[in-house]
Amino acid sequence: MRAFAANTPMPDMGELPWTPLTKPLSECRVAIVTTAALHTAGDEGFTPDDPSFRILPSDRRDLRLGHWSPNFDRSGFTADLDVVYPIDRLEELAARGTIGSVAPRHYAFAGNQEDTLTGIRLDHGPAVAKLLRDDEVDVVLLTPV
Amino acid sequence: MCVLARVLEAHGLSTVALISVRGVAERLPPPRGLYGEFPLGRPLGRPDDPEFQHDVLARAFALLDRPSGPVLEDHPEVIESDAQPLACAMPPRFDPDLPEAVDEARGLRAAYDRTLARRGVTSIGRVLTADQVPEALAVLAAVADGADWTTAGFVGDPVQTCHDVRTYYDEAAVSLVDVAPDAGQGEAWFYEQTAAGRTLLAARAQMREQGAPALIWLYMARATR
Repeated sequence: MRAFAANTPMPDMGELPWTPLTKPLSECRVAIVTTAALHTAGDEGFTPDDPSFRILPSDRRDLRLGHWSPNFDRSGFTADLDVVYPIDRLEELAARGTIGSVAPRHYAFAGNQEDTLTGIRLDHGPAVAKLLRDDEVDVVLLTPV
Repeated sequence: MCVLARVLEAHGLSTVALISVRGVAERLPPPRGLYGEFPLGRPLGRPDDPEFQHDVLARAFALLDRPSGPVLEDHPEVIESDAQPLACAMPPRFDPDLPEAVDEARGLRAAYDRTLARRGVTSIGRVLTADQVPEALAVLAAVADGADWTTAGFVGDPVQTCHDVRTYYDEAAVSLVDVAPDAGQGEAWFYEQTAAGRTLLAARAQMREQGAPALIWLYMARATR
């Protein structure tokens, strides 16, 4: 699976963007953006090549794994949500003062996408960026599945 | 995910990505990435191991101190998947008149329910409820025996049906063992040790023989199976 994914076509995205941290991590608000296709129990699941996202409120743990590919292990997620979506670990880091705070909302995409990823690049990715900035997020932790 | 990291970074957010496929991150680098050679589907490495998960996060957040990028570092620990099937007790045969997989799924219901009670949520529900899993396995068993897959009685898309069946077994398995199963153990257990896994693979082979579209039969199970 790794060898297959490593050889899939990559879009040309130009120069690397770079946003340096301007304050200590202990003062930063952190959010998770996962491509594990998670969604809350009442929310709509993902379809193949679905470029849209789902909002994961910070206090929700009743999350489903909606990834449609059969090539990923789901037993780890079933045993422990944090192995995919480390929300409890972030809460602990906030309680310790390692990070400033945990964002009120996090976001999930489906990691299996068509090659150009147009919807994520031009529509849904920027939309999530705006929501994150609305919540005054400084740092985003991205987790795959 | 590397694309998302770049999109978010371009919109003024500092990102750090946990990387599961190094070859992708090398060709489309995110601003900051920590590669973990862990089983796919476990980006924090080990379930039920907060100490290890905090180690992954600490190494990831440390990349935020770098003055320029791209930064791609490796977590020093490699976690191999165990290819040996999960060792756990299975329900006894109860009704020999039923296909073995149907009987088995009914027998695993208590374990599935224990997991559901603990987690409060199930990932089943694409096209089946837990109650419908034995019925779906009866359809797969009929197809495995040669029934025409187009008229065998799938209640929904066969791929989604197989997802739900596999999820039912994954969720039941968590309550059959004391510690979280290794990634490879769970998969080997399902496909090699359970009647459901064997039935699913046999049905898939039959559907391929019957000319079902590859996008259906291939995605009913892991590609390497």
